Amino acid sequence: MTTMKEEGNYANRPSNTAFTQQRLPAWQPMLSAGVVIPGFLLIGLAFIGIGVGLLITSRSIQVLELDYTGTETSSPCYQCTMSNQSNCVCKLSFSIGTLFKGPVFFYYGLTNYFQNQRKYGVSKDFNQLIGDVSYFKSPSSDCQPYQRVNGKPIVPCGAIANSMFNDTFKLYQIINGKEELVPFDGKGIAWWTDYNIKYRNPDYTPLKNAFNDTEKPVFWTKPAYELDTSDASNNGFINQDFLVWMRRAALPNFRKLYRRITEGNYKDGLPAGNYSLEISYNYPVISFEGTKKVTFSNVSWMGGQNEFLGIAYLVIGSMCVVMSVVMLIVYAKFRFPEED
Amino acid sequence: MRMLFPGDAEAEPGGVRGVHLCRKIQHDPRERMSRKTLKCLLGVDEGSRANRKVVVGHRPCPSNEEIIPPKFCDNRIVSSKYTVWNFLPKNLFEQFRRIANFYFLIIFLVQVIVDTPTSPVTSGLPLFFVITVTAIKQGYEDWLRHKADNEVNKYKVTVLVDGKRIESESEKIKVGDIVEVKENETFPCDLILLQSHRDDDTCFVTTASLDGESNHKTHYTVPNIESDLESLTATIECEQPQSDLYKFVGRMDIYKDSQEPIFRSLGPENLLLKGATLKNTKMIYGVAVYTGMETKMALNYQGKSQKRSAVEKSINAFLLIYLFILVSKALVCTTLKYVWQSKPGQDEPWYNEKTQRERETNLYLKMFTDFLSFMVLFNFIIPVSMYVTVEMQKFLGSFFITWDKDFFDPEIKEGALVNTSDLNEELGQVEYVFTDKTGTLTQNNMEFIECCIDGFQYKYRDACDELDGFSVTDGPVNKVQQKAGREKEDQFLRALCLCHTVQVKESAEQDGLADQVDGSILDEASSQEERGFIASSPDEIALVKGAMRYGFTFLGLESKTLKILNRKKEVEKYELLHVLNFDPVRRRMSVIIKDTSGETFLFCKGADSSIFPRVKQEEVEKIRMHVERNATEGYRTLCVASKRLSPEEFAQVDEELKEARLALQDREEKLMAVYNQVETEMTLIGATAVEDRLQEEAAETMEALQGAGMKVWVLTGDKMETAKSTCYACRLFQRNTELLELTLRTLEDRGRSREERLHELLLEYHKKAVQDAPPVKGGIARSWSGANHDYGFIIDGASLSLMLKSSSASKPNSYESLFLQICQNCTAVLCCRMAPLQKAQIVKMVKNSKGSPITLSIGDGANDVSMILEAHVGIGIKGKEGRQAVRNSDYAIPKLKHLKKLLLAHGHLYYVRIAHLVQYFFYKNLCFILPQFLYQFFCGYSQQPLYDAAYLTMYNICFTSMPILAYSLLEQHISIDDLLENATLYRDVAKNAMLQWWPFLYWTVLGVFQGLLFFFGVRCLFSNPALQDNGQVFGNWSYGTIVFTVLVFTVTLKLALDTRHWTWINHFVIWGSLAFYVFFSFFWGGIIWPFIRHQRLYFVFANMLGSVSAWLVIILLILLSLLPEILFAVFRKNHGSHARQTSTVTPLTYKHPREHNHQPGLDGQH
Repeated sequence: MTTMKEEGNYANRPSNTAFTQQRLPAWQPMLSAGVVIPGFLLIGLAFIGIGVGLLITSRSIQVLELDYTGTETSSPCYQCTMSNQSNCVCKLSFSIGTLFKGPVFFYYGLTNYFQNQRKYGVSKDFNQLIGDVSYFKSPSSDCQPYQRVNGKPIVPCGAIANSMFNDTFKLYQIINGKEELVPFDGKGIAWWTDYNIKYRNPDYTPLKNAFNDTEKPVFWTKPAYELDTSDASNNGFINQDFLVWMRRAALPNFRKLYRRITEGNYKDGLPAGNYSLEISYNYPVISFEGTKKVTFSNVSWMGGQNEFLGIAYLVIGSMCVVMSVVMLIVYAKFRFPEED
Repeated sequence: MRMLFPGDAEAEPGGVRGVHLCRKIQHDPRERMSRKTLKCLLGVDEGSRANRKVVVGHRPCPSNEEIIPPKFCDNRIVSSKYTVWNFLPKNLFEQFRRIANFYFLIIFLVQVIVDTPTSPVTSGLPLFFVITVTAIKQGYEDWLRHKADNEVNKYKVTVLVDGKRIESESEKIKVGDIVEVKENETFPCDLILLQSHRDDDTCFVTTASLDGESNHKTHYTVPNIESDLESLTATIECEQPQSDLYKFVGRMDIYKDSQEPIFRSLGPENLLLKGATLKNTKMIYGVAVYTGMETKMALNYQGKSQKRSAVEKSINAFLLIYLFILVSKALVCTTLKYVWQSKPGQDEPWYNEKTQRERETNLYLKMFTDFLSFMVLFNFIIPVSMYVTVEMQKFLGSFFITWDKDFFDPEIKEGALVNTSDLNEELGQVEYVFTDKTGTLTQNNMEFIECCIDGFQYKYRDACDELDGFSVTDGPVNKVQQKAGREKEDQFLRALCLCHTVQVKESAEQDGLADQVDGSILDEASSQEERGFIASSPDEIALVKGAMRYGFTFLGLESKTLKILNRKKEVEKYELLHVLNFDPVRRRMSVIIKDTSGETFLFCKGADSSIFPRVKQEEVEKIRMHVERNATEGYRTLCVASKRLSPEEFAQVDEELKEARLALQDREEKLMAVYNQVETEMTLIGATAVEDRLQEEAAETMEALQGAGMKVWVLTGDKMETAKSTCYACRLFQRNTELLELTLRTLEDRGRSREERLHELLLEYHKKAVQDAPPVKGGIARSWSGANHDYGFIIDGASLSLMLKSSSASKPNSYESLFLQICQNCTAVLCCRMAPLQKAQIVKMVKNSKGSPITLSIGDGANDVSMILEAHVGIGIKGKEGRQAVRNSDYAIPKLKHLKKLLLAHGHLYYVRIAHLVQYFFYKNLCFILPQFLYQFFCGYSQQPLYDAAYLTMYNICFTSMPILAYSLLEQHISIDDLLENATLYRDVAKNAMLQWWPFLYWTVLGVFQGLLFFFGVRCLFSNPALQDNGQVFGNWSYGTIVFTVLVFTVTLKLALDTRHWTWINHFVIWGSLAFYVFFSFFWGGIIWPFIRHQRLYFVFANMLGSVSAWLVIILLILLSLLPEILFAVFRKNHGSHARQTSTVTPLTYKHPREHNHQPGLDGQH
């Protein structure tokens, strides 16, 4: 003990702490077969369970997808692709065999459409979209070539806003030869935060005044303040269709939510029967070999139909189980080198 | 380090202040000749290498001298690199000279100039961070240097100007000033000693701060100059500044009243070096010859050449691969982009038109900018943060060496010292250990064992009865038996007392003097106990002490008079005429003394090989046997010879010596020639044996090193027998080791030429050790257990140089490669009789041999410096032979035994840590960038980033940097005790095992696999982007965020899987990083950030967490990515050779180890 004390007296003796001596108490986890095998088994079983649940859920989701691009001559929308006629309307008829459980979500889909292009993606002026009028006069240069037209600034500027999807749909159920309009709910199709916080209209009443000396986007038929004249809370930059469009899709084949069917007789879903979808065909896709489609779908807790997750869980779960069995066999035959 | 030479523009013009440089128009022709030859040798032009001339005290020299304005630099020491003004540009310039920084700068500039997918901030911020941190660190270090410089430069000194003492600051000293220095002050510049307050014209100096030698060295005033410095008119001509601390030649011309000038030669003994301290001397005056940056101290301050570790080379190789991957990715994308765009409607769809300017841009220019854009997009694959992390790991990691209390030696009260942290991991890669013998394997704690006088053996120790036919003397000091004759004994002992450079410690000496003067009877016992000696070599002290035990006491040297006390208690006085200094080439030293009767003697002592040829042969045989027997017992032997010089002989020698000392050029060679000429035809009077004990645990350490697969080579200047016995004692050679000898003795057999014999022996040994030996499996898997035949190789310096000479002359390198092949199959190699440079030569030869093995040199003395510098890793031992080895080493340890832990534990761990760090860094950036690359195929090759800019920037800086840093500092995949216990574990990481191409490929494949999984897993999920239960869809940023979340969790958990040693720090950092990522994502997406144009991540993360599918896919992908890792670990464990150590972990299974010194769990106890 005395020598210990003497040693401790040296001024430049390294301090004897657990950290400096690399002797910090440490947890040294070790692998042992006794835990690996049941562990794998447990994970595997859990995954199989989740996978089965997912697959069943996904299978229970009803989906109806209709292409209306009109490239085929047989397509009802074929004539709309022929010439540059505006206000072309085509009708798509289909029938539903059993009740399409509600709430039914109505999506439009585009393929070969690159909303995720970089130049396209940056082509907007966020300051305009939060209602900052000072940027109405001088839109961001990011918006080029959709920045100005005829010397006047475009509001909202940029490629994304300009290319907003402008086909409109009306769904009729044909009951006894008569067409009955299925009411669409256009609310709640965009993210809550986009609608309430991220995008803001300028503080002008009427909204139109804020847009003095500006031009509507070239492709648009009506200015932003007239997107939904019936509902002020769905107009301008917080128009939900606009918001949905502004959230860029991740992949070139995408679908976007158009309407929900939640009202009236169709609250519980679309009953079996014949339907007619009236499309006002405006959006050109033929030029880039794209297609357009509409999708009716209901959703579950996991969102829309997607079998990938369920199958993946099942496969991985089975793999884990198989591996635990293999390990068990190996263990039984050769014994893992255990210390104790 | 800035070097200033006369004529350098930076010399201060105002600083001339009357210093005159005189240049003789007419030279002594002989001198001019020698100067010319020197210049030819050096190959330098006339102007820059001319000798410098200094005018003492600035008094103008006589008129036949032409005066040229002098341009010496001032006495400011500038060790700092920067000033306030040039710091920014200079530091930035230096930093961007590093290839990695330059690369990131280029990327940054491309981002600024070209329209690129990511904002310049993403690469600018990390770069800025790295540059700033480095700049702050370097700035701080420079500030410290400035402070140190100022301390030195503002030091108060006294300068003599026209006889008046003027207080001044050190930095104002000019060449030629006469400076006064008091006791215990350090010299402010290099001075020529003019006057000392001691009576004997000497002064004592300690150079502890220069070379660590704490003994007092004697320096002499310039002989015979007038005491009145005021009237001294003299010039000094000396060589241009050079860095060798121990070399100086110059001459002083003293002008007296228009007479012809008197010449005085100046040597290192007249030069007082800046940085040394005056001791035991009240005051001295000296004239400044070298100032400021031209002082020897400043010239020695220059940094050593950078050693690069093998890991760094691997990093650079991997970097090239990744650079290649990066470029090919960019090329592939660019090509595909233009192929894709050639399809109609793809290039410019109506919804995404180009601007006019874009349409008009030249196609090739567009391609080029696209290529650059892709480079920028993928540049994160080469992580800027890796360099920071690696450097931090090295810097912080090296503290564990200095902190290790096992390296603390209570004797010298010091622990280990780390001079460079760049080589930590190299300690785990050593294949060849070159060790010095004396002071490294042995303690260099000399003890006089016995002597042999005229063939009779005298042993001081008890308990040694008749060993051989010679008489053995034991017992008390004064009872040496009369075997060799009293006279011969006395002569021998006198020689021991006189022939050395030992000093008596001042205090003891003064006491002794008092005693002597008073009663001329000395209290012997007390004086023996208390007498302290100081010498540069412990051998000398051992010899002097040995002589003391036989009754001859050295009392000290006083004004060139050596005093010794003989057996009759009489004081004998001898005038010391010359000291022929020891040097390692001659391997002997001599003194010439004159006794009171006026007779002149030369006493010489030295290694037997250097003495035997110089004495009468008939005497040799009597003593040779003793010497050889002593050598086999591991003793250091020295032979003592003497010679009587007749007055004529002495006069001639004296003149020659003086002339040689006066010589300005080639002085060393000239002196050597005179020495060799004098030290001939001597009479051998005896030999001594001094024991040098083995270092503590030397054998255990050597065994451990060999067990770890290292080849140990002993390189020593000692003679073969001594070295061989040390090797046996250290168990480097075992009983069954067959020794292959290649020494002068074996070469000189059979009367054939040495070359022939060398050739024959080499071939024979090669056949024996290489061709007939069973094939060695796997390079390092040499059996050391003794199952195979063990070989040891012995070579001496002469044979080595012969071998190297003949191999370069006839068949190039054939001998050398034969030699190396033989050595590779030997357990240990002993190289004896090595000159310091030969040691380095050997190290170099091995270093450059096939496979370029990692070499380590360990030594304690100045003679080991060359090999310490030459080897990959140089280790200095804080031994007794000064601090030169320590100063030049990369690591210094107090004792040899510490080498074991340094290599086996610290080295191994450092290597594993940094290797893992490097591989992990490349891996995590590969699977970071691969999804971004794959995304290009789905976004029309438009350089759309997958991740948000904040994620791109923060990934390497914040989210994934700390866990790997903690891992690389704390990981102990095998506990330190196991590493020390089981030396063979060291072989697991030999040959840079963890950074070979296979492990690299494994990590790369893992990164690719995981990257593919991340991207396509989420891709499958996004086939239907309606992932929320409210039917709303996710966009591209959600896509990226899901991938990124999986990525961050996977790479962090992958590290968690690899961590075998979970301290609370690891827990804190790993779980903390993940928590920080989640917290940051919420925060980053939770606010509309001002001043940012795109709020693209607004609520993306929160919405993602609101989707069950996203959760499920994240869990699935993380597990799937890690599954192969877990399986691999399980099966590796199953089939591994040492299952206990390489066990690994799944997140579910943990077991506490049973090691007593590791408290299990996290209960926070110590």
